[in-house]
Amino acid sequence: MDLTTLGQMLNTTLVFSTALIFASLGGIFSERSGVVNIGIEGLMTFGAFAAAVGGYYAEDAGLGAWAPWIGVLCAMAVGVIGALIHAVASITFKADQTISGTVINFLAAGSTLYMVKLLFEGAGESPLINGFDKYAIPGLSKIPVIGPGLFNNYPTTYLAIILVIVVYLVLFKTPFGLRLRAVGEHPSAADTLGVKVNRMRYIGVMLSGLLAGIGGATITLTTTGTFAHNTISGQGFIAIAAMIFGKWNPLGAFGAAVFFGFSQAIRNYVQLFGWSQNIPQEFIYMIPYVLTIIVLVSAVGRSSAPKALGQPYDPSKR
Amino acid sequence: MNKFRKILSGDSYIVPLVAIVLGFLVGAVVMLIGGYDPIAAYSALFKRVFGSAYDFGEAIREMTPLMLTGLSVAFAFRSGMFNIGADGQVLIGMTVASVIGIKLAGMPSFLLVPLAIIGAALGGGLWAGIAGYLKAKRGINEVITTIMLNWIALYFANYIVRNFLLIPGQNRSEDIPASMSMTFLNSLFDNARLHWGTIIALLAAVFFYVYLWKTKQGYEMRAVGLNPHAAEYAGMNVGRNVMKAMFIAGVFAGLAGAGEVLGVFHYQSVFAASPGYGFDGIAVALLGLTHPFGVILAAILYGMLTYGSAGMSFNADVPPELIRIVIGSIIFFIAAQGIVRFVLKPFYFKRKKEKVL
Repeated sequence: MDLTTLGQMLNTTLVFSTALIFASLGGIFSERSGVVNIGIEGLMTFGAFAAAVGGYYAEDAGLGAWAPWIGVLCAMAVGVIGALIHAVASITFKADQTISGTVINFLAAGSTLYMVKLLFEGAGESPLINGFDKYAIPGLSKIPVIGPGLFNNYPTTYLAIILVIVVYLVLFKTPFGLRLRAVGEHPSAADTLGVKVNRMRYIGVMLSGLLAGIGGATITLTTTGTFAHNTISGQGFIAIAAMIFGKWNPLGAFGAAVFFGFSQAIRNYVQLFGWSQNIPQEFIYMIPYVLTIIVLVSAVGRSSAPKALGQPYDPSKR
Repeated sequence: MNKFRKILSGDSYIVPLVAIVLGFLVGAVVMLIGGYDPIAAYSALFKRVFGSAYDFGEAIREMTPLMLTGLSVAFAFRSGMFNIGADGQVLIGMTVASVIGIKLAGMPSFLLVPLAIIGAALGGGLWAGIAGYLKAKRGINEVITTIMLNWIALYFANYIVRNFLLIPGQNRSEDIPASMSMTFLNSLFDNARLHWGTIIALLAAVFFYVYLWKTKQGYEMRAVGLNPHAAEYAGMNVGRNVMKAMFIAGVFAGLAGAGEVLGVFHYQSVFAASPGYGFDGIAVALLGLTHPFGVILAAILYGMLTYGSAGMSFNADVPPELIRIVIGSIIFFIAAQGIVRFVLKPFYFKRKKEKVL
């Protein structure tokens, strides 16, 4: 394998990882506050849909290069609205969080396709839009291998990497992060100290909708260019896997997301190797999923979820 | 207030019923916003299900895998696990049934059919058992493993069909001579593809009920589901129960797969994407409040709605995806019972006042 291919592989890895990074960071906000969010998949679907529709109309209105950003904004808004449904059911009405997350997946799958058909005269797919262009960072992108691999990427990829650090700092170095983690670990103690448990949880869940929305948007705006029923097919669940794999820590989740991105990218390149000619393509397609299980078995011990994860907060039981 | 609570818990069917009504209302509002006529749409839906003997039979056919995957998800749920993997377990069940049905075609059918069904059940069970084993022995979250196993099952099934069962030049297996069709009923329902899977599904629900609530093993399983730490402290083997529960859940899903290939299609296709049985199973299990008899009722409702949604789109031009919104809303209202109680409150207070008068 030559160096150009290596650089390309690195680049593809980051393209596939970006959506997973956003979505798993979202999952961390929700679950660190004590609310299970199995609905990430649905929130990404909302985001992918909103980005396609918002981007399409923004392009129509002549916004040119700004159109994809409008798409991202729409995705953030729709993601938050979707997450709000989950928050109302699971926090205010104390519904089973797994169930209400599943509801989000259901509503997202149904309502986005319904709206696509409504908006585009019965077509099962949104029209093709211009997504983001890759942006080469001057100077750095000239470094061999690493340059084309790391420093010639979509703006969303840079944003995702910056966000990993921001989320890490917010969670572990700010009073807000401390409170968020406290309501996820020991809500009654946090309540005693004057932290508004349910308000913090609302914020956590809505931030997860915002980030998962951007995650979905990156898929339409960088990979597919359109929204259809299979635009989001399991990435949300893989993002949840990345979150658990990364032990609810932004840096860990980032590592896991890149790993999953790499195992998806490897699929595009493994056929280039001579020895792989005899392997049936189905086995090559299995690689990311088999790798995930193998890594979980060999590397990760018992999970370290927030202690109050999944439990609605009931002040009367304090 | 206490009395009010008592009334509601006594009438445990009221919350789901109100949730269903609210779900249909949400669907109607969404249709109105989209500029459709909800009354025309809903009547087209029901006309499609009850309009002809053939359609009614086909609707029952549609309900069958939903019952089994619903039972699969519900059984795992009762034992404290979230089985997102029914999809993969169905695929493995299909594949095992196809392989046995095609490769052992020479066998007399009274042996071949049961063999294929048992093979499918074991295949589904063992596939789910992988997730159970990893959870029990390694503490690995079953949500992740079952999702990964779904994808692996998809490609594995395609590999088997493509390499060992394919009709050259086509994207499907040879025809399977073994059949679960209920021929005596098929003519009654105008050649609707009814099969023994429906009876198996009903028996599975009875097994589910008896096993979980009438046997010691079932008691242990529920205890593990409610509180694994307490169960362990009480001397129960949590790991073994987890594996057993996942195995049984997988058996249910595997049976659904057998019914689909041996009873409905009589061949297996190469799938471009996951067929979605598991996704529906989760909805059915939740709609049925994870109780076996609730699951059967939920599968009937869900099957009617999905089968009828095609009629809705032909005759009232409403995108069939709308039905997902209706189902999602129903589950939402069942899960967030507080909202339903809030809606019901005025009625209950009214009734109370009348009694006083």
